[in-house]
Amino acid sequence: MLQFQLWKKLLVVMVAVLGIIFALPNLIGGDDGAGVDFLPGKQINLGLDLQGGSHLLLRVDVDAVKQERLENTGETLRRDFRAEKIRFSGLAVANETVSLQIRNPEDAAKTNQIFTDLGNEYTVSNDGLTYHLAFNEAGLTAMQTRTVEQSIEIIRRRLDPEGTKEPVIQRQGLDRILVQLPGVDDPEAVKRLLGRTAKLTFQLVDMRISATEAIQRGRTPPGSVLMESASNGGRSYVIEKRVMVSGEMLDGATATFDQNNRPAVSFTLNAAGARRFGKVTGENIGRPFAIILDGKVVSAPTIQSQIFGSGQITGDFSVAETNELALVLRAGALPAPLIILEERSIGPGLGADSIAAGEIAAVIGIILVAIYMVASYGFFGGLAVVALTVNIILIVAALSALQATLTLPGIAGIVLTMGMAVDANVLVFERIREELSKGRLAIAAIDSGYQRAISTIIDSNLTTLFAALFLYIFGSGPIKGFAVTLGIGIATSMFTAVMVTRLFIVFWVERKRPTRLVL
Amino acid sequence: MRLKLVPENTSINFLKLYRLTFILSSLLVAGSIGLFAIIGLNLGIDFKGGILIEARHNTDPANISGLRGDLKVLGLGDISLQGFGTETDILIRIQRQDGDEKAQIAAIQLVGNTLGSDYDIRRTEFVGPTVGAELAEKGILAVVCALLAIMVYIWFRFEWQFSIAAILALTHDVLSTIGLFALTNFEFNLATVAAILTIAGYSINDTVVVFDRVRENLRRYKSYSLRDILNKSLNETLSRTVMTSVTTLLALAAIVIFGGAVLRDFAIAMIWGVLIGTYSSVFVAVGLLSRFDIKRGDDDDENGVEKPEYERT
Repeated sequence: MLQFQLWKKLLVVMVAVLGIIFALPNLIGGDDGAGVDFLPGKQINLGLDLQGGSHLLLRVDVDAVKQERLENTGETLRRDFRAEKIRFSGLAVANETVSLQIRNPEDAAKTNQIFTDLGNEYTVSNDGLTYHLAFNEAGLTAMQTRTVEQSIEIIRRRLDPEGTKEPVIQRQGLDRILVQLPGVDDPEAVKRLLGRTAKLTFQLVDMRISATEAIQRGRTPPGSVLMESASNGGRSYVIEKRVMVSGEMLDGATATFDQNNRPAVSFTLNAAGARRFGKVTGENIGRPFAIILDGKVVSAPTIQSQIFGSGQITGDFSVAETNELALVLRAGALPAPLIILEERSIGPGLGADSIAAGEIAAVIGIILVAIYMVASYGFFGGLAVVALTVNIILIVAALSALQATLTLPGIAGIVLTMGMAVDANVLVFERIREELSKGRLAIAAIDSGYQRAISTIIDSNLTTLFAALFLYIFGSGPIKGFAVTLGIGIATSMFTAVMVTRLFIVFWVERKRPTRLVL
Repeated sequence: MRLKLVPENTSINFLKLYRLTFILSSLLVAGSIGLFAIIGLNLGIDFKGGILIEARHNTDPANISGLRGDLKVLGLGDISLQGFGTETDILIRIQRQDGDEKAQIAAIQLVGNTLGSDYDIRRTEFVGPTVGAELAEKGILAVVCALLAIMVYIWFRFEWQFSIAAILALTHDVLSTIGLFALTNFEFNLATVAAILTIAGYSINDTVVVFDRVRENLRRYKSYSLRDILNKSLNETLSRTVMTSVTTLLALAAIVIFGGAVLRDFAIAMIWGVLIGTYSSVFVAVGLLSRFDIKRGDDDDENGVEKPEYERT
């Protein structure tokens, strides 16, 4: 055991040097990691709980999309049936199914053709002349995937319009999205940005009936709906269902002020949108049209003249609101509403305090352990402390090299590993003591002490590694960070105890050639 | 002069205490289950769902009682306020709001407005009911899987008796830690689950060290009774057991005192875990082992038959 082959010595030295190189950026780099470009490594990735930021788990409300898609399909069917001159009745969407009845049995062939043409994401069943259409499983999954992926894209454009913030936006499970946004000063603003779908449409106001009348009668003319105003206590409107222009046709949107110097959002339409808008406004001069955002009427100006490529949205806005509105309009509408399932936001101040406290705890912890080790084992204890220092350097290096995330529980994991890292040394030293007390000479005692302790060290560390592994698999966020540091700590502490301390002892033995040893 | 908390060559008859510690441990486990059933755990928002807000007054100590009045009238249900770390800091816990997730977000905004500009919101955590249930499920799964994996590993490396003894000792540690949380009403959250798994890791580490020695001594001292071998193994590893416990406790004490309020509960749970883990390795794991009939190895040891030190004197 004391014959330490050259390659092992080289390995230890190499690992230690690599450790120092990879750990160095954390020590000498500035807060932003500048000035260390000549080194291969990067600084440790700090978790949101240390650097501040927002962690949001969102659910995409796919049910809303499903309903919308079925209603659209219902409208498509209505159009197609009319085009084919098939007489039908009772077209309705209920219980995630579109149903209708055809009048004449001889239309069945044409009806089947129309349903087939809808594509293969639906299942169609019929019961005599009554037809039912619903999503099949593959269609549902495809829609879910499409909706979630679109949502991720839109979220990215909303949260990181310049592409500089490095947010993590990941799909999780079927219909969830995990958002991790470092360095957020105002988490509420983030939630506001994600809290609206920002579905913008321009629709004509139905002048055949006033809103008051519609409310009294409890119904609206066919093809129209009743909509509330976006401002509190505002009036309601009867709006034609047909959409003139929708948000997808926007080319850009910026926050600005209207002629009365009130905050407003100006927009430009793309070519198709401009054509459509020009045509409809040209035909309806003098009529009001409604600007509708997320199902509420923002304003309903009267068309003064034909409008083509651009316009302004005015309403009851503050400057901050127009900035946010312009941003979400530019980013595009979310295909479905997002529901926040979990939020963890840490302010930057708390993160900095946590790092400071963690560093103090680590330094004090190391000093306490060092004093205790030297008091217990003297010179050998000192060697163990040096190995412990190497151990910590290696943990920092491994975290930096793997770009693993260091969280606050992760710091606790490091401090804890320090306590446990010396365990491997303690096992060896105690074993050497035992061998010495049996009357063996120094070198023989050291040799067999190491030999006997190694299987124990491996067994005991591997079992702890299991606990860390399951923490990693099942843990989330900070807990995962704890598992990573604990796991890395176990690996490095085994290495330092078995290799580094031993190397020191081998050097010492080779130079001093001791015959007697007091431990 | 060396610091030695344990004198060399001890010959303590640990197993003489077996009956006593068996009763003690049984009471501890039964009591923990009882406390868990009767009092229950003070579940944090991770598992129960709800809102947690940490805020700091910009200049003065936080006016907790004043704020409590202001927040109570918001009608958000059960609200608790407590100081946190320094006197300018407060921790506000709000029960899960009726209604959907939107209602929770609205409540966070309402509290933020009430705190006003004097307070800086340092942390907001909100866990919805669905996620809370999932986190609880995952936490339980993590503990159970870790225990099973450890059991299989010990079985693989030792005999099945060792594996049973180790797993019972671990279950003893886990249950009594849960009992401690029920008794003290400490908040039981995700960090606590991490603490429990770490405790399990630490405890099994300790147990394996003793078991390793038992296995070695079983091969070496064929003429000894199992009881003598177990006692001898415990005595031989005692110095290491104490040494490692003390170093770990020192590191944990540093976290409790200097590590800040967020880590404190975690470190306190770990301190308990180190104590109970050390105790259970010695008395529960090895104690149970003494009740089993263990197959003795056939392979001869190079050192031949030796007498234990405490029988030579």
